[in-house]
Amino acid sequence: MSFTDIKQRDLRTPFGVNGVGFGNYAKALQDETFRKAAFNTAYFVVIGVPLTLVVALGAAVLLDRGVKRFQALFKVGYYLPVVTSIVAIAVIWRFVLSPDNGLVNTALGWVGIDGPNWLASKTWAMPSLIAMAVWRNFGSAMIIFLAGLQGIPQSVEEAGQIDGAGSWQRFRYLILPLLRPTVLFTSVTTGIGYLQFFEEPFVMTQGGPLDSTISISMYTYDQFGFGNYGLATSMAYILFVVIAVITFIQFRLLREK
Amino acid sequence: MRRTWWIYLIGVLGLVAVAAPFLWMVLGSFKTQGELMRVPPTWWPRNATGQNYGDLFSKANFPRYFLNSALVALAVTAGNLIFCSMIGYALAKLRFKGRNALFVLVMATLMIPGMVTFVPLFVLVTNAGLANTYPGLILPFLVSPFGVFLMRQFFLGLPDDLIDAGRVDGSTELGIFARIMLPLTRPALATLGILTFLGSWNNFLWPLVVAQTEDKYTLPVALALYSTGQNAQNYGLLMAGAVVVVLPVLVMFLAFQRHVTKGIAITGLK
Repeated sequence: MSFTDIKQRDLRTPFGVNGVGFGNYAKALQDETFRKAAFNTAYFVVIGVPLTLVVALGAAVLLDRGVKRFQALFKVGYYLPVVTSIVAIAVIWRFVLSPDNGLVNTALGWVGIDGPNWLASKTWAMPSLIAMAVWRNFGSAMIIFLAGLQGIPQSVEEAGQIDGAGSWQRFRYLILPLLRPTVLFTSVTTGIGYLQFFEEPFVMTQGGPLDSTISISMYTYDQFGFGNYGLATSMAYILFVVIAVITFIQFRLLREK
Repeated sequence: MRRTWWIYLIGVLGLVAVAAPFLWMVLGSFKTQGELMRVPPTWWPRNATGQNYGDLFSKANFPRYFLNSALVALAVTAGNLIFCSMIGYALAKLRFKGRNALFVLVMATLMIPGMVTFVPLFVLVTNAGLANTYPGLILPFLVSPFGVFLMRQFFLGLPDDLIDAGRVDGSTELGIFARIMLPLTRPALATLGILTFLGSWNNFLWPLVVAQTEDKYTLPVALALYSTGQNAQNYGLLMAGAVVVVLPVLVMFLAFQRHVTKGIAITGLK
């Protein structure tokens, strides 16, 4: 389909469809908005994935080492947003981020900061969506980290303790290297998920203001909505190839380090 | 032991950060429109009202959307339990030509992002005359590669001796599957069932496109359209709607969280 000029009107009469070779791909790559979408998607992934993983790892360590007593409660609490419908989350967050009476700006007001109109600002819309994505998704990576941490035998840490390593050193030089397969796994799955960045801009900003939060998936959906099925599919395939390549690179990088 | 208190403090602060928006949603759903617009905002509703929930019935047809969501999620869950367990069993225990190739194929479809298959699938469903029908909402999700993978892994862990014993006792192949093997996979079925139900309940993009008339909307679709349509400023209605979308999932998740987190840990997928 990505090699044809199929449009919505062709749905009933599939014989009017012409092959256009790589025409759709060329068209997509030359499209200004598509480039903007590619940039935004990269922005989201480059900032969002490390942030999510750090928060998830921090939470996992906290649960594994720190809060032994109410571990189950904390785990369930932190995981809550993951199982919540994105649409409901969007409704809540639009309210949380609203300029005058939102939770965030009210809290900022207490310390004397005049918060911006987050979602309507070209500068702040994207960071807002990233913050929301981190808040929503860190729980699933946290569960995997937790499983990984619990797979590390106690004796490793005890050995480090005897050798006089401080808790940060033990974490940095003993735990983290042992956790590498888990880090690889979570970075790949989180990366794949974030490359498909769609729902947050779809329900929060519709890609605006001025295309500052439009993503590849979002733009693909827009083109689908305009009835340009061939073009939309070619964009989806471009994204697919990018995902495959980046996943491959991630595997190589983390294996060789 | 002296330093434990601040570790708990960090944990609790994190919990507050995660839970605060939810709490605000629930409290907000009981506020009047005037109070919701107040600057600075109130935390606790001053004149608690059930008006917003009433509006879900009178101004919007939320009971209908709720039933649609429940119907679709239950059908999809049932389909996954039946088909994924059958396919998983075949891939794990039955010997036939091309079995491994078939499994690789299943794993490959697991890696393809939804966006790629989205448009072709839509064209397919529309040409089959299933746009804006319940089958159109349900059929594409009756089997999931993830479910097949989960069930296959679980069946692999069961001993072959059980199958042989069944054959010796003169049971049919179907009988072996249904009476001997399937009951043993109950933990895996529970995990799959809950993950599938949650996924289907929260599914948004597909029903958004396929459900074209109001009577086929699922809850997330309805909520999204209300929040971007002319009701976008009616925060009370939206908050109440969000509660209706979220609450069943939260209750289910809290009841079965062991299975959900186990499923995540086993497979690492959403």
